[in-house]
Amino acid sequence: MKSKILTLGTLLIATTLVVTACGGNSGNNNAANSSAGTDNSASDSSNANASSGNSNSGAASDEKITLKMMHLWPDGSNSAQNKMVTDIISEYEKANPNVTIDTEVLENEQYKNKLKVLSASNDLPDVGFTWAAGFMDPYVNGNMFAPVDDLLQGELKDKFVAGTTEAYSFGGKTYALPVELNIVPVYYNKEIFAKYNLQAPKTLDELKTVIKTLNDNNVTPITLGGKDAWPSSFWYMYLADRIGGPDVMDKAVASNDFNDPALLDAAKQAQELVNMNAFVKGYNGLSNEEAKALFMNEKAAMFAMGTWEVPNYTTSPDVPQAFKDKIGYFKFPTVDGGKGNVDDWVGGPGVGLFVSQNSKHVDEAKKFVSFFVQKWGEHSVTDAGVIPATKVDTSTVKLPPMFIDLLNELNKASKVTLYLDTQMKPGASDAHHNLVQALLGKAVTPDEFIKKQDEALKAGK
Amino acid sequence: MNTVMSNKRIIALYVLPSLFLILAIIYVPIVLTGYYGLMNWNGIGKPSYIGLANYKTLMHDSVFWHSTFHSLLFALLSTLCLILYLAVALVLSGKIRGANLLRKIYLIPMLLSSVAIAQLWLKVYHPTNGILNGLLEKLGFHHTPEWLADPHIVLYAIFIPILWQFAGFYILIYYAALKNIPASLVEAAKIDGANALQVALRIKLPLISEVIKVTIVLAVVGSLKYFDLIYVMTDGGPNQASEVMASYMYHKAFREFDFGYGSAIGFFLLIICLVATWVIRRLTATKDTIQYS
Repeated sequence: MKSKILTLGTLLIATTLVVTACGGNSGNNNAANSSAGTDNSASDSSNANASSGNSNSGAASDEKITLKMMHLWPDGSNSAQNKMVTDIISEYEKANPNVTIDTEVLENEQYKNKLKVLSASNDLPDVGFTWAAGFMDPYVNGNMFAPVDDLLQGELKDKFVAGTTEAYSFGGKTYALPVELNIVPVYYNKEIFAKYNLQAPKTLDELKTVIKTLNDNNVTPITLGGKDAWPSSFWYMYLADRIGGPDVMDKAVASNDFNDPALLDAAKQAQELVNMNAFVKGYNGLSNEEAKALFMNEKAAMFAMGTWEVPNYTTSPDVPQAFKDKIGYFKFPTVDGGKGNVDDWVGGPGVGLFVSQNSKHVDEAKKFVSFFVQKWGEHSVTDAGVIPATKVDTSTVKLPPMFIDLLNELNKASKVTLYLDTQMKPGASDAHHNLVQALLGKAVTPDEFIKKQDEALKAGK
Repeated sequence: MNTVMSNKRIIALYVLPSLFLILAIIYVPIVLTGYYGLMNWNGIGKPSYIGLANYKTLMHDSVFWHSTFHSLLFALLSTLCLILYLAVALVLSGKIRGANLLRKIYLIPMLLSSVAIAQLWLKVYHPTNGILNGLLEKLGFHHTPEWLADPHIVLYAIFIPILWQFAGFYILIYYAALKNIPASLVEAAKIDGANALQVALRIKLPLISEVIKVTIVLAVVGSLKYFDLIYVMTDGGPNQASEVMASYMYHKAFREFDFGYGSAIGFFLLIICLVATWVIRRLTATKDTIQYS
């Protein structure tokens, strides 16, 4: 009897543990569920496709069409975007009763993996999201994406912010249409700055003084998710831009030559920041989410991150207003004697919509993509706090000041350098991730950093 | 019934479904992996045949050998830990108070998913808010380690949760094996004057030697191909300081789009596992198995 009670008790504990463990992952569960759901409907839709293919003679507009779409905003972690996608789809379905759109949602990394697996089996969804430049390269070379230039020349002409669609074009053809545009400001906690009489730094030397003062007072100056590597790349990129000027990185990637002296200087400056203890303790073991949590809990004074974070400091209902009021941003400081301009930004279009080359309904899919991009542009800033790649008229929309400021920054930006890891091909990009980790972890010297990055670029993978 | 069982066609009919499944989801992929290993393939376009070039690159790839070393080190550590698990199982199988409860407590980590365990230990290791560093600071240490960011520590820091995760599994196996030893043998030894340690080393251990061999194979092969917890906790970083063979394979195939090379690593991993199994079987081979009676 006694042992039975024990067994029951342990079982109970075990179940609670398992259940709580699952609770933390509800976002993933949702994604898994919904993907399981769409798998069924996918087979349905392929049946439907097959039958409609047989009865080809019917009128085109009455033909029942199912478009399959994959996106990367699960309800749990990106509810605002998720809702917008759902809304736009239902709007489209209402306007086009013969079209049904099936969505499959996967979280970022799983999304990338699934996209790859699907393309290997020639089974891409009709419409989906892709990242720009290097990420797309194998897909475009494998003839997986259909060119969308007809849309750009047609109803979407002049709708995009200048220079955003270029990141998706190869050999003069554009293969995807961007929906987001982000730049990377440095957010800072105004209350912490005020407490130690600090001003938002305008030059690198001022930034160093700020870091020193904060360290002297036992405040973490900068929080950084070095485990994910791409946040570290922001710091390196800005230093490279401010020292070497707006074109130094673009040129390095385009010519596969990473030997510009400015790039070496930037690496040295990055390690100098590390030597000053600029970054939070153990940053190379922290994910971006963990690093962000430190900033949100006011355990760190500065955080350089894309404008996708802005809702957390303006509109998000989950963040207390008192915290939002404390947050400001500054442009990355200039370096004395450097060629970079304070209005150069690191950033770029995020994901873009592609149409599968092998889709049975390329024209319908393109029509939907065009609709989606326009609707997204109308709703994204006001509803989700996402900056679209299409032009926004700041005078007509009502937005929090930080948004207006950043949209205006974007309008007067002298240059937006696309994230290095996005610019590079997958092999060099992965090497870049490892190398910035090593650089900021002081596992390599600046010279080795340059040499290895150069080799990775020259390998051409 | 007998006529059914003697009809070879019917036997084949019953065996076929599972045979087909095993072929389709285990053996065919293995052969395909070997085949893709001979290709230059980004996973999307058309593969092109390049012979053994991937394997030649592999031989000179320092990062690969680096990660192989990590995997082998981990296999060694998990094998050594088996001694600890065995000791715990020996104590538990003795008639001590609360053995049943303890056994269940040891088993709980196994019921959790790797991701949950990884999240749990990420919190433990957090450099500023983690309970481990919090504890160390209370004890008076000022320069607490950056567990997952320091390339010299990170590998060991992630081994610990993995060993913890599987402790219950091995303890359970040993415990079951030890419980299977007839009490009469132990009693006979005691009557002959053997003390508890002698009973454990001379009577119990030889009797469960077959089980021990199996667990060594499980531990070694399991460690060599281990992936999930490392993927969640460090993703092989920082700067590949905690990269193991499986995570390196994943990075090559899915991050760098070098599917051919990734497949070559996968195939090599398979060969290493097979060799390891074979070596262990040879090393632990005994001519006659010990019987209870």
